[in-house]
Amino acid sequence: MSDSLLQFRNVSKSYSGNSVLSGINFDVKEGEIHALIGENGAGKSTLMNILFGMPVITSTGGYEGDVLIEGKKIDFKSPHEAMYAGIGMVHQEFMLIPGFSITENIKINREITTPNVVSRVLGKRLETLDMVRMNADARKALDTLDMGIDEFILVAGLPVGHMQFVEIAREIDKTGIKILVFDEPTAVLTESEAQNLLAAVRRLASKGIGIVFISHRLDEIVGIADRVTVLRDGELVATKEIKDTDAVEIAALMIGRKVAISRVQFEGRAISDEVFMSIRDLHVGMPGEMVKGIDLEIRKGEIVGIGGLAGQGKLGIANGVLGTYPSRGEVVFNGKRLDLNDPHDTIASGIGFVSEDRKGVGLLLNESIELNIAFTAMQVGNRFLKKTGPFGFQDDAEMRRHAVKMIKALDIRCESPLQHAGNLSGGNQQKVCVARALTQDPIFLFVSEPTRGIDIGAKKLILDLLLKLNKENGMTIVMTSSELAELRSICDRIVIVCEGKVEGVLSPDASDADFGLMMSGSRIKKTEDSSEGRSVHV
Amino acid sequence: MSEMNGNANGNNRIRSAGRLLGSVGLPTAIIGVFWLFTLVAGHFVGISMSTLVSDTIKRAGMNGILVLAMVPAIQSGTGPNFALPIGIVCGLFGLVCSIELNLMGPAWLLVSFAISIPLAAAVGYAYGRLMNAVKGSEMTIATYTGFSIVALMCLAWLMIPFQNPKMGWFIGNGLRETIQLDAVGGAQLLNNFLMFTIGDVIIPTGLLLTFAFFTALVWLFFRSKSGIAISAGGINPKFARATGLDIDKNRIIANIISTILGAIGIIVYSQSYGYAQLYTAPLMMAFPAVAAILIGGATASRAKVSHVIIGVVFFQGLLTTALPVANEVFAGTDLSEIMRMIIQNGIILYALTQVKRGVQ
Repeated sequence: MSDSLLQFRNVSKSYSGNSVLSGINFDVKEGEIHALIGENGAGKSTLMNILFGMPVITSTGGYEGDVLIEGKKIDFKSPHEAMYAGIGMVHQEFMLIPGFSITENIKINREITTPNVVSRVLGKRLETLDMVRMNADARKALDTLDMGIDEFILVAGLPVGHMQFVEIAREIDKTGIKILVFDEPTAVLTESEAQNLLAAVRRLASKGIGIVFISHRLDEIVGIADRVTVLRDGELVATKEIKDTDAVEIAALMIGRKVAISRVQFEGRAISDEVFMSIRDLHVGMPGEMVKGIDLEIRKGEIVGIGGLAGQGKLGIANGVLGTYPSRGEVVFNGKRLDLNDPHDTIASGIGFVSEDRKGVGLLLNESIELNIAFTAMQVGNRFLKKTGPFGFQDDAEMRRHAVKMIKALDIRCESPLQHAGNLSGGNQQKVCVARALTQDPIFLFVSEPTRGIDIGAKKLILDLLLKLNKENGMTIVMTSSELAELRSICDRIVIVCEGKVEGVLSPDASDADFGLMMSGSRIKKTEDSSEGRSVHV
Repeated sequence: MSEMNGNANGNNRIRSAGRLLGSVGLPTAIIGVFWLFTLVAGHFVGISMSTLVSDTIKRAGMNGILVLAMVPAIQSGTGPNFALPIGIVCGLFGLVCSIELNLMGPAWLLVSFAISIPLAAAVGYAYGRLMNAVKGSEMTIATYTGFSIVALMCLAWLMIPFQNPKMGWFIGNGLRETIQLDAVGGAQLLNNFLMFTIGDVIIPTGLLLTFAFFTALVWLFFRSKSGIAISAGGINPKFARATGLDIDKNRIIANIISTILGAIGIIVYSQSYGYAQLYTAPLMMAFPAVAAILIGGATASRAKVSHVIIGVVFFQGLLTTALPVANEVFAGTDLSEIMRMIIQNGIILYALTQVKRGVQ
């Protein structure tokens, strides 16, 4: 292990008692490409934040364990120190200044300067830029990456692939760069750009730089990395030589069996063959969750799960149909074409929506529980109003009656219907959101991330509630979730979304490897594709 | 079960007591204490308390509706209506048109309202459209819109060919800077309606009733479907959008109401003052109104009718008291005016520092 450039020894981190990393051992050798893979929330970013001494770590009490660079223990207090120690990062979002030339972007804050008359009097910050030497340095860095582009042109207007290279050039231009972290570098690139980038990464590794390569694209990892480390729920599952493993195994390791919420068996459910909602070529412009052409059919009485990694567009679907983000495509619901981008119309046609963003979109935090519950029904369905001439005023008595009924039915733990929604616990807030959706008497319900940030007991209650609504009221439910375990526990089938498109449909009891492969968009199809996996590839 | 309920009720009572204390914000408390302090000081330097109380009531009543105009704007999420001068010039225009028609007394007042309200509605609509076009910097744009309108109207007051000699310059064209409302039987018209005195304290019943009437209207409006929708859009636009509300339309409605209230407010203000002030007089009138509602406990994003009442009484009360007290204690200075500027602008500054980025 003496040739390790970077070493994590037994590193743990917890945020206010919540363990997010425990006992991680991880090392990168000189000239090695070490891939890091895991679902969202597995601990990849926390690990990198520790390496860079990010304030989010230092301000929350630091971490346990040791981080060593070339055998020496380090403890960076700021990203600046990490930079000086020879660690660089290529970000997913470009941190470049569009109005500056490539050279200026590469050399920013590390400019080469020569003294002049003014600077002799007023100090170093007013020295003249030595553009010739700066350009030469930039040229050298770009050449290392095999980039033919001129160093003096502006960054604005460059294709994204090139911007990524400028970012890398900036990192390798720093003298003494030893370790370079790539955070999902190919996420925004086209296939050919990605190939160029991977070639550049290999070249850098061959110069002796240790590379940490974070990605969720399995085929990419298998193609480029020397070793792979899989994280899951803050624990290190395995570190393997790439030659000893394959994409299927990595996928299975990544998903794993979590604390299973056991699948409930239920009888008496009526799933008809009638297509209740059909979505054709849906595009949604939701930042960070772009949907790029989804086709989906949902039958009456079904519980359909939508899964996938974060940022792939699964959350965009419900938001697009409802119209909270600009969308286009054709959605036919209950025999009627929906006017996308008109939430009022959509809600009025009987579609309920429980948003993934509970505090941002789902609730009026500083308003009472009863108003939160009654709000949509009042605005869209004209309920809870007392008519006085042409004016409708809020009907306090009716709102109270209904809120009390809902509080009882959903077991919302609160002091009174007048308590502010913001003072409730996460699980109870979620129940208020569900109560509001139910108050509209929907026949179709979109539920996004229903159990995000709530404890396991409350999770079970929410899932049971959804099941009950489906079973007793015949409500069709589309549940979007990052937690595969919960999708598997109640859904009839699970649609996996990757890169804004439907990657495939799986049965809840399909294997971990199937889910893992599909979620990471690997085109490698297993031969024994489960019979339940109805193909919706269109 | 009943025991549990009892317990919960007890907790609620404690909680609501705590809320009451907690809900009195820092600005309200400071100004309240300060006012009390000047009152005590006034007593010791021998200023008539009944005069102070009478003046406070009168000034609160005459400024009240202008302050009330802040509520719809704040609730809709466009922030305090710094463009209040827009509504004010609409009101003034209605007022001078009514004089031009040679109307007297109550007829003059009613026609003033009748002319200015539709005008304010139309202008408020345009202003609402403007606010929707500049989301994120509403308060700055509003301030300068208000300034610009006042400047534009300076030209209008000069150039519109009004003929009535009651409001023209004695030589040349255009309207006078200050128009005496005595001449149309308009001075203290509302104030004197059912006016009575308690001891030496004068209660301008009509004025207070007018203020109460519009306050009740606004309060009712924010309990209607439309009002609730406007509030929700102001608190949380994303929530409102996901509920199918047309936020832009609601913001326009709110700004129309705010502008109309500004117009009504200035007419009520002018009749109590006894003069209609044209030209640059409306220029700075938004600021005391904004300060008053903030003192009442509103923030740049949340306001209630109760904030209007508390705020206007405290702020005007303080100004009324501070003037004679300061003159008495620091004779020969203009300290009270300086103090007014410090308090008024300080409170606005304080409120603006509390605004969270992007949420206005």
